[in-house]
Amino acid sequence: MLLTEIKFLILKDIKLEFKQRYAINGILLYVVSTIFVSYLSFVRIIEPATWNSLFWIIMLFAAVNAVSKSFVQESTSRQLYYYTIASPQAIIISKILYNFMLMGVLSLLCFVVFTALMGSFVENYPLFISALLLGSFGFASSLTMISAIASRTNNNFALMAILSFPVVMPILLILMKVSSAALDVGTLSGNMKYLGALFMLNAVVIALSFVLFPYLWRD
Amino acid sequence: MTEFFKNNWWKLLGVLLVLYSIIAGLLIDVPDLPVIRQSIRNLFFHVVMWFSMMVMFGTSLVRSLRYLSSFDLKHDVVAIESVNVGLFFGILGIITGMIWANFTWGAPWVNDPQLNGAALTILAYFAYLVLRRSIDEENKRARIAAVYNIFAFVMLVVFIGILPRLAQGSLHPGKGGSPMTVTNLDSMMRMVFYPAIIGWILIGFWITGIRVKMATIRQHLDNPE
Repeated sequence: MLLTEIKFLILKDIKLEFKQRYAINGILLYVVSTIFVSYLSFVRIIEPATWNSLFWIIMLFAAVNAVSKSFVQESTSRQLYYYTIASPQAIIISKILYNFMLMGVLSLLCFVVFTALMGSFVENYPLFISALLLGSFGFASSLTMISAIASRTNNNFALMAILSFPVVMPILLILMKVSSAALDVGTLSGNMKYLGALFMLNAVVIALSFVLFPYLWRD
Repeated sequence: MTEFFKNNWWKLLGVLLVLYSIIAGLLIDVPDLPVIRQSIRNLFFHVVMWFSMMVMFGTSLVRSLRYLSSFDLKHDVVAIESVNVGLFFGILGIITGMIWANFTWGAPWVNDPQLNGAALTILAYFAYLVLRRSIDEENKRARIAAVYNIFAFVMLVVFIGILPRLAQGSLHPGKGGSPMTVTNLDSMMRMVFYPAIIGWILIGFWITGIRVKMATIRQHLDNPE
């Protein structure tokens, strides 16, 4: 029951996205122009450490912007309608999975454009790509719940940034550590500790969202 | 008079323990370790602040959980006031830590996972205060703030408990391979350290109690019926 609900909600989100082409196009343009602005200001990056931090800072802001739309895109009355036909758990899980897909596309595109303009320092691609995917999952899971909280307040966009940075920071710190290893001589097996910690952190955040989201939506 | 002592003995105990920790903390013999020297006495003040902050935020977490299970606004008032007092201890902890770091490490702020974790924790709880200010309706505010409070506490455990252990090296004792933990603390210092923790926590509960009373009175004055 829960699984079919989740499936239909995700399909609904994808269809809506293809019909409106509003969130995804906006956010893709945002990422490309941010990278272009940093290309114009840096021109050439010499140090891997700078490359690494710049890439993840762009990813962080893109993620906050992309996920913050998840609960304000549709009107309040239509959301109320969803709550009458689906369980709140199905709604939050479907939003997390949908945002994961969105973030996956976004992070791969961000990496491709960033590499094309700034050059690449990545030595170990499997490690970097796994960091990228786990990172997308982490951003999606933690930011979805925060965007649900922020959407219930009066000034949604300012609060989204304030509330999300402390929650996203542990994920970002671990990600930067793994990816800086991928720019150097790090191996996949040598970084299992960090990838495992990242995975555990995601599991905790999703469990919390699953339990706490039912308290958020009703008025 | 006896009634008064029956209800308030723990406040008196708190004051006496804190007074004892200040006087004894400055007078007892401490081991003369390299680099730290006499500044080791700051242990009785700096570390104690973090213990008190954790207890205050823990109280707030318990009250938020109880609010979500009962929807009784009196738990919400205790939750927010505990966070206020916890933030007060946290800021004192950062200030005492900066003074100590200036003497032993040569700068008030060094790039240490423990320090950054503490700073991020305090940011998360300030975000909690901002979140509360941005919702007008009382019950909605209490409910959403309680949800974020639970999130913030889990992040606190990650920042202070997990991230410093994942990091390669920390300047703080007992983390990331540095020696000297509380377990091999000098027995003389332990006689001051533990009472100081209990004393400050009692003081913290006292301040929270007064602030809860003030908030309740203010609420009644705002909507008298």
